[in-house]
Amino acid sequence: MERIPILRMGEFLLVTIQIDMHDQLALTLQDDLTRSIEKNGSKGVLIDISALEMVDSFIGRMISDISAMARILDAKTVVVGMQPAVAITLVELGLSLAGVATALNVGLGMQHLQRTLNELNDDSFIKR
Amino acid sequence: MAAKTSLSAALQKRRADIQAMWSRQLTEALGGTQKGRLSAEELNQQMQQFMQVFSAAVESDRLDDINVPEWADVRLFLDDLSRRRALAGFSSDETATFIFSLKRPVFDVIKEEASNDARQLAADVWEATLLLDKLGLHTVKAFQKAREEVINRQQQELLELSTPVVKLWDGILALPMIGTLDSARTQIVMESLLQKIVETESQIAIIDITGVPTVDTLVAQHLLKTVTALRLMGADCIISGVRPQIAQTIVHLGVDLQGVTTKANLADALALALKRSGITFSKS
Repeated sequence: MERIPILRMGEFLLVTIQIDMHDQLALTLQDDLTRSIEKNGSKGVLIDISALEMVDSFIGRMISDISAMARILDAKTVVVGMQPAVAITLVELGLSLAGVATALNVGLGMQHLQRTLNELNDDSFIKR
Repeated sequence: MAAKTSLSAALQKRRADIQAMWSRQLTEALGGTQKGRLSAEELNQQMQQFMQVFSAAVESDRLDDINVPEWADVRLFLDDLSRRRALAGFSSDETATFIFSLKRPVFDVIKEEASNDARQLAADVWEATLLLDKLGLHTVKAFQKAREEVINRQQQELLELSTPVVKLWDGILALPMIGTLDSARTQIVMESLLQKIVETESQIAIIDITGVPTVDTLVAQHLLKTVTALRLMGADCIISGVRPQIAQTIVHLGVDLQGVTTKANLADALALALKRSGITFSKS
């Protein structure tokens, strides 16, 4: 069965979606990702959708679902590299993905995660 | 060779006469209006050319229908003529006069050449008038089409002119919007801005609406959509140039701009954008 690879980069997980998503694939990804967060104790998830050229409402909802699930598991999610056409489609569908952080590319997304993590660490009394 | 119709006979025998009379008629009808837009020589040349293709087409003996291949040359000539008149700023009636002023000379010549058979004369004149009417209508149609093309092109140009995306700083784009916002324009504005964001990897976009005369619920909706799309792509958006009147309208309409950063003018928006990018200035 097809799977979307989940790469571990230190405290973060990197998911690059490079093929057109179909519904089963999206559900499998949700499953795999939540398991990986739990297993690795990841603090951040980066979803790169720069290669995604088409979305429907299901995929849009899946993205915000993944973000909400990750938040419950104490990991921040950043969606990076959304194409203009995809952004317009999501807006027209009425999905504004409220609460999901976004960034222009993987580099900026990584910076964003690092920064939020540092802020969290500064607040906590256990220094990593 | 025996002519097939009295029209073609008249054209064969008295072409020079017809043209001379036509020339007088046309100059009289147009009066001084063609001055500066069309020289007498040019007009003469056009008449000459038309008589040539017209005679050839009349010879073909298909006077009932001008949409057959025999009339292709005439149609082509009239299309070209109408387009040129349209571009030169002639009105549609002035353009149509080119054909309709041919009626009198043609009728006169047919009358002079006719035998004493009144029935035959009436039939001939009727045939000629039908033909010339069709040609006249064709001219008007071509004229209209040429004008519509001009309008369409101008609309397109206006659309492109009014949506420039400018780079203010590294990573800061600005979109000065001018004129009324409708769905079609917002779509283009949105697309060009998002595309530019991807190309330049800019993190902040400033939409300046100083030049937008009014903001209604629809326009506000469009603005919110653009802001949301920008956020989805990972860029921030600041709306600037909100005039007091517009601020009042937005609140009265009950539009929720809570999640959107707004500034009164472009300078403030740029200052905020620079601050967010971590750029500071100091006076030396």
